[in-house]
Amino acid sequence: MQPNLFHPLAYTFTFYFFGLTALASAVAFVTRKSPVAAAMWLVNVMFCLAGLYVMLDAQFIGAIQVLVYTGAIMVVFLFVIMLLNLGHVSDLLDARGKWGQLIGLFLGLGLLAEVMALNRHNTIERMIPPDLAAKAAEAASRSAAGGVIGPIAAPLFKEYLLAFELTSILLLAAIVGAVVLGKRRTNAR
Amino acid sequence: MTHLMALLLQVADPQLPPSAGMFILFGAIKAGVAFGIYMLCVAYTTLLERWLAAWIQDRLGPNRAGPKGILQPIADGIKNFMKEETLPAAASKTLFVLAPAIAFIPAMLTWAVIPFAAPLPIPGVGLVSMAVADLPIGFLFTLAVGSLGVYGITIAGWSSNNKYALLGAMRASAQMISYEIAMGMSTVCVLLLAGNVNLNEIVAQQQGQGWNVVMLTLAFFIFAVSALAETNRVPFDLPESESELVAGYHAEYSSMRYSMFPLAEYANIITSSGLMVTLFFGGWDIPFTQWDNMAPWSVAKTLLTLGAYFAKVFFFVFSFIWIRWTVPRFRYDQLMALGWKVLLPMALLYITTVASLVLALDAAGLGRTSYGFRGAFLAMNVVFVILVFWILDRGRTISPSYSRVTKERIARLQTGAQRSDLLNEKGA
Repeated sequence: MQPNLFHPLAYTFTFYFFGLTALASAVAFVTRKSPVAAAMWLVNVMFCLAGLYVMLDAQFIGAIQVLVYTGAIMVVFLFVIMLLNLGHVSDLLDARGKWGQLIGLFLGLGLLAEVMALNRHNTIERMIPPDLAAKAAEAASRSAAGGVIGPIAAPLFKEYLLAFELTSILLLAAIVGAVVLGKRRTNAR
Repeated sequence: MTHLMALLLQVADPQLPPSAGMFILFGAIKAGVAFGIYMLCVAYTTLLERWLAAWIQDRLGPNRAGPKGILQPIADGIKNFMKEETLPAAASKTLFVLAPAIAFIPAMLTWAVIPFAAPLPIPGVGLVSMAVADLPIGFLFTLAVGSLGVYGITIAGWSSNNKYALLGAMRASAQMISYEIAMGMSTVCVLLLAGNVNLNEIVAQQQGQGWNVVMLTLAFFIFAVSALAETNRVPFDLPESESELVAGYHAEYSSMRYSMFPLAEYANIITSSGLMVTLFFGGWDIPFTQWDNMAPWSVAKTLLTLGAYFAKVFFFVFSFIWIRWTVPRFRYDQLMALGWKVLLPMALLYITTVASLVLALDAAGLGRTSYGFRGAFLAMNVVFVILVFWILDRGRTISPSYSRVTKERIARLQTGAQRSDLLNEKGA
């Protein structure tokens, strides 16, 4: 809206603040033994990501990130963790023994190396379509005219209506399936 | 630094938005002032609750600290700070200490986007919007932040390592997720009418078209019930229900840490009231007049609209308290049934109807502020209100339950002759 609102230094500071907090929280999320503490760190990661989206002028995605992931999915996670009552945390390590942890470490290092190699040869930049700037300008002009939600809602409910409806049917089928499976177990008992 | 000073010194027309530097400066000032007033209101809502409770129960209420007990919140605060803070041995310490803060923050954050008065012109600065942050996604922000309210309670209950606290936390998360859905669905109708999610735009739409409570009474009803459930107020106070769960999720808390939970509840009441006013009662609009909604803006206009806004919010805070001292608590299965089997289907049906009506009226070429458009919505509203409150609801939520009992049964109860018979037909 007001581009001169963000001093470049303030912008950089905010970016690194959210980025580093997200990384630190992600590391904490993986290393915590208590499932609830891990879930809370994941919530923090989601928040930082929402902050980064807002910095990209994608306020809608930022709000949805908090609303869906933090407000709904993670609450259900917490609910399930509490309901299961997992017992003492020392029994909960999923990668037990030295070998399991070593394999995990090497897998992680391999993935990191892959990302760095991709980045070094500018593969990610080459993957971005050349007309992206034009598209971004068009989206910006549309969002100036019709608010923040219009440019997302209009294509979703016009051009991609079929895909949208198919997705909703898929989700409905998943919900019905979950209910059927849950019911069968209680009947068998 | 010079960059910032240069921005600050730009002189602007008071009827236009301020420059970027002034925007930042006044943003900070607004945040500080709004925070101070909000905290004061939260503190005094506790006193208001005790006064109203005393009034409803025909007793005196707090009247010792200061004239008429006006200093009671301050006395309470000092008392809470002086008390011993307990920390259960088996508690998860970090989360136990953090939970009260987590409970309080979302209610406060929501307040940041609610516009509370007409924009204020300041000479040399520009037209300052009277919302702490006038976000383009306004309403979605309130939904997103509102959905975090459950964390404080859940974490408090879990970290206490107490079975009653955990039960309270489980109830809270189930209840708040359920009613959040109904709440979100009920506001879709408002967004359909406004065609925007910015709260200032929603207020402007109501100024032109009439308050949403007149056009969409059912949506308001669903929103109000869900707001009661989201704030964990009676009749939805199952997370702390003292007669079943000792004190529920905050059973292990003491002193100021405990005090944060009731304070968060009062903060939530004020925020929910503010949202209800903004979404359904025209926000800062002064009813039956148009002069307050348009330029040129003046200080008097800002003050008057601020007064109108405060009066409306006060009415809803009063209603919240009034309901608490009037209605008994739900049973847990009734609560879930009301949320999932009544409010959610009702909201979905309502969305479909409102969307079709908007589409049809737009296709017919009626302007959004024309009498035809408003008349059609009013007619639809009357039909729905009669259908829901008079036919479907007979003897359930609004009308008393004795209206479901047949005349013969009342006669039997009155004679009291067939007591044993009544005991045998529990299910009736």
